[in-house]
Amino acid sequence: MIELYPGRPKEVVLTLYPSLKTWDFLHLIFPLLLKAALMTLILTVVAVGNGIIIGTFCGIGRLARNPFIRFLTAIYVDLIRGTPLLVQIFMVYFGLPPIIGAIVAKLGLGDGNPIHIPSFPAAIMALSINSGAYVTEIIRAGIQSIDRGQMEAARSLGMTHAQAMRYIILPQAMKRVIPPLCNEFIAMLKDSSLVSTIAMEELVRKGQIIATTYYRPAETWFAVAVIFLLLTLPVTRLVALLERKLKTGD
Amino acid sequence: MIRVENLHKYFGRLHVLKGITNHVAQGEVVCVIGPSGSGKSTFLRCLNLLEEPSAGRIFFDNVEVTDHRAIDVNEVRMEIGMVFQRFNLFPHLTALQNISLAPMLVRGLSREEAEARAYELLDRVGLREKAQSYPDQLSGGQQQRVAIARALAMRPKAMLFDEPTSALDPEMIKEVLDVMKMLVAEGMTMVVVTHEMGFAREVADRVLFIDDGVIVEEGTPAEIFNRPRQERTRDFLSKIL
Repeated sequence: MIELYPGRPKEVVLTLYPSLKTWDFLHLIFPLLLKAALMTLILTVVAVGNGIIIGTFCGIGRLARNPFIRFLTAIYVDLIRGTPLLVQIFMVYFGLPPIIGAIVAKLGLGDGNPIHIPSFPAAIMALSINSGAYVTEIIRAGIQSIDRGQMEAARSLGMTHAQAMRYIILPQAMKRVIPPLCNEFIAMLKDSSLVSTIAMEELVRKGQIIATTYYRPAETWFAVAVIFLLLTLPVTRLVALLERKLKTGD
Repeated sequence: MIRVENLHKYFGRLHVLKGITNHVAQGEVVCVIGPSGSGKSTFLRCLNLLEEPSAGRIFFDNVEVTDHRAIDVNEVRMEIGMVFQRFNLFPHLTALQNISLAPMLVRGLSREEAEARAYELLDRVGLREKAQSYPDQLSGGQQQRVAIARALAMRPKAMLFDEPTSALDPEMIKEVLDVMKMLVAEGMTMVVVTHEMGFAREVADRVLFIDDGVIVEEGTPAEIFNRPRQERTRDFLSKIL
């Protein structure tokens, strides 16, 4: 049947034949879902990437000698981990526009109307800030897991605290945080589905659209779940492999 | 060279050092003995400010290092090498990198200069062929010899040893003590916390017996080991010799 309409857009075929067989339906929607999964992957990679940058600085900040820096980073972690990601997404997407609008108006540059933030940057911002908090705790734990003697040896050679961190502590800590970072990646891969609520067309949002457009939720959600599994399973296996390797290496 | 005046150290409410006064002269080898928990390691760690003294003053080359406004702690530390009981080599770096890193970062040597210096030191501790080995590929004795080379690479004016052979298997103790004896022969100023009474007897110019945070007795090895004057010294020596 599909062969009968070569070159026809899949959406058109789907609309023309509402009573497609399950396998034919799946065959048609799978490429559409895969394309949306690419967006999920992009969101996750960028968010966790930003999260690692934020988390490295804040993780060091959590252990800083300056109590003010320790306090600020602790607040950040507590706020983010203590509130639902969905609320954080809404705060960025719906909450920030009126605030930015008001600030811009104060500066005499606008009329005070909310300044809309498009879905993609809003999603990236919310997910990055969220991931940063979790990575902060991963990095902090990684640094603290390094034997105290390492810092003492480095300092006894005349290295500054910063040099010891950069050349001695962090390289060792980074190796140990790879498995928990992969777990954070898996968690973010799944949690990024929450940005479907702000019209970000990633895997879940695409699933919603397909399921409701063609009235076929059973096949659609089954397919979405399979794609999530295809994305997460390799990472899960990688973590298991790394953990075994790092246990012997070290 | 190192002068200590009325040094006190508290850990919380625990009074570990209760007023230590001493002077280590240039080229002198001082061995510190005493029961565990007596404060001898803490005393040593105060000398390069790994522990911050609670009270008292420490002078290095006539500069007061306990005066934080006047000195840079890092500049003091680069002049005082330290060797730890548990080696504390950097596990992610090769023996060569362990030795050459600090001279590059702290002394500003080029990579070529630092590595040339590292190879020279590896020769002296007899481990040139282990230059590219990582610490976990070395025996305990080899690790400690690399750790000594690492400290020497900074060309320190004095060396501190914190029970350098206590974590070693018996058959590896000699190779480390031999390296230390080489340093003694070269005239290095050394403060050695140790349980190796044979070593102390052989190489020390002076022995300090520390117990309960004070120097109970000090003297030449002959005085301390053969005719100790204090009851506590006799008591301690009778238990270990």
